[in-house]
Amino acid sequence: MLAHLPILQVIVPLMAAPLCLFLTRPRLVWLFTLIASGLAFLISCILLQQVMTTGTVIYELGGWDAPWGIEYRIDQLSAFLLLIISAISTVVLFAAHTSIRQEIPADRHTLFYVLYLLCLAGMLGIVATGDAFNVFVFLEISSLSTYALIALGKDRRALWASYQYLIMGTIGATFILIGIGLMYQMTGTLNMDDLSRRLPEVAQTRTVFTAFAFVIVGICLKLAMFPLHLWLPNAYAYAPSIVTAFLAATATKVAIYLLIRFTFSVFGLSFSFTHLPLQILFLVLGLLGIFVASTAAIYQTNIKHLFAYSSIAQIGYMIVGFSVSTVAGLTATLLHLFNHALMKGALFLALGAVMYRIGSVQLNHFQGLGRQMPLTMAAIVIGGLSLIGVPLTVGFVSKWYLVLAVIENGWWPVAVLILLGSLLAIVYVWRIVEIAYFKPALAGTETIKEAPLSFLIPVWILVLANIYFGVDTRLSVQVAQAASQSLFGLSP
Amino acid sequence: MLMGLYNYWVVVVLMMVGFYIVIAHGNLIKKIVGLIIFQTSVFIFYISMAKVDGGTAPILAEGIKLYSNPLPHVLILTAIVVGIATTALALALAVRIKEAYGSIEEEEIQKKDNQDC
Repeated sequence: MLAHLPILQVIVPLMAAPLCLFLTRPRLVWLFTLIASGLAFLISCILLQQVMTTGTVIYELGGWDAPWGIEYRIDQLSAFLLLIISAISTVVLFAAHTSIRQEIPADRHTLFYVLYLLCLAGMLGIVATGDAFNVFVFLEISSLSTYALIALGKDRRALWASYQYLIMGTIGATFILIGIGLMYQMTGTLNMDDLSRRLPEVAQTRTVFTAFAFVIVGICLKLAMFPLHLWLPNAYAYAPSIVTAFLAATATKVAIYLLIRFTFSVFGLSFSFTHLPLQILFLVLGLLGIFVASTAAIYQTNIKHLFAYSSIAQIGYMIVGFSVSTVAGLTATLLHLFNHALMKGALFLALGAVMYRIGSVQLNHFQGLGRQMPLTMAAIVIGGLSLIGVPLTVGFVSKWYLVLAVIENGWWPVAVLILLGSLLAIVYVWRIVEIAYFKPALAGTETIKEAPLSFLIPVWILVLANIYFGVDTRLSVQVAQAASQSLFGLSP
Repeated sequence: MLMGLYNYWVVVVLMMVGFYIVIAHGNLIKKIVGLIIFQTSVFIFYISMAKVDGGTAPILAEGIKLYSNPLPHVLILTAIVVGIATTALALALAVRIKEAYGSIEEEEIQKKDNQDC
């Protein structure tokens, strides 16, 4: 049983998805989905523990040896990502039953859970697999279900956002497919481990450069890296609240994982960073992303839009850490990946609670909410503080590591720019606080009550995690450090 | 050079044609058509590279030593299925957009969205 964990990680949600269709009662489907996701979480915990003690876990599908068969390869990085995805998915699901009753028509509830599980299975698959083509297949499983999930939104703009995402996402995925095809042409293998050994022999050919370019651009589209982020704000803003919370905390993280996996493991550090001006390119785009997206966030009147732009800015921080291309920089990226999942999970779930009570997330409807929904608003404030990077929250930890990594490289101006970017975060978080706490409540809103427990519990689990991992950083830092050291080929 | 790489020239031309249609056209259905052409070019690319000079179809038979590589064929079967699913979803979305907005022209949809804001 324990030997089969890598495949169970993916198969459990994948098989649970069609089984949902046989359950008729909505509450039953919800419970079933929650159990499936919980099982995935449990498996990822055991896997992480296994990987941290005994090293990389390799699983051969159907017993076929690696370069011929598909293998699942769980190293520290994969195990870390698996844990983040399945944990966020499980926590978010707690609130799903309450939230979708208001936002999605009753006859589509079962389908929502089917899509949700497929999306989860797709993301876990991308992270678990060690086969390049398998990555494409799982990417499309998660993407297709994401498009459908976004289209479930109440507003008709959700349809339009979903369509735009579909066009851009498919172009991105097809780019990755072209890149994988070119790599296969040059090496005759699809196994990532095998690729990493055979690519250096042909590294100087134009085909490999083209393959690299296609893969990176394709991933950056999925990643919503500035300036390829155009699909993200509307997709997040008009999707149902639960979907936004789940996607914002996981989907872009999986894309970051792919970026790291392809540049570090498959193409190798020397190819990615010495033959191409990737470092300066990513540094500039990352910083631009931080400033452009944070500034855009300040001018939003829809809070979901606001946090969506803030997500793009936070991706900028991860890209900056990535561009440093040292162990410390990558550690900062991985830490921020984990921490950002906690922040955005908490924030978007709290917004879901606001949506549940007042049916809107427009900024002016937040007037007086500080008194009417104190616990929910407190969660948003703590999440916001974490976004800014205030000490004792997770945001501080990752920004601290990022600034240290940048300074270690001697990039003083970049460190200053990172801190300036945080100032912009203060501005947009303050706008919410000001309206919610210092403006009188709107007329006719006296009846608004605190969000139900089914929201408050998952929101506060995430908020407390934000504080806990901001104080006790042992787990997250240790795993992130081990993962980045192994990516650089150093034994932890 | 030109004839030897005939398949790849077709791939590149189709790829650019498809990509251009996706970017340049405002009609949602035309965009989907462009996307299909774009994806199809990748299918042809995979199938072309599977060809081994002088090899036959990869079916075991007596007296034949050289076969084409069957793996890309299998990969592309998967990619075709993915492509169909994408097209179906995109068309379904286009139908829903037509119902909701009364139009499938990008400009008009954008205009109506701006009025909503």
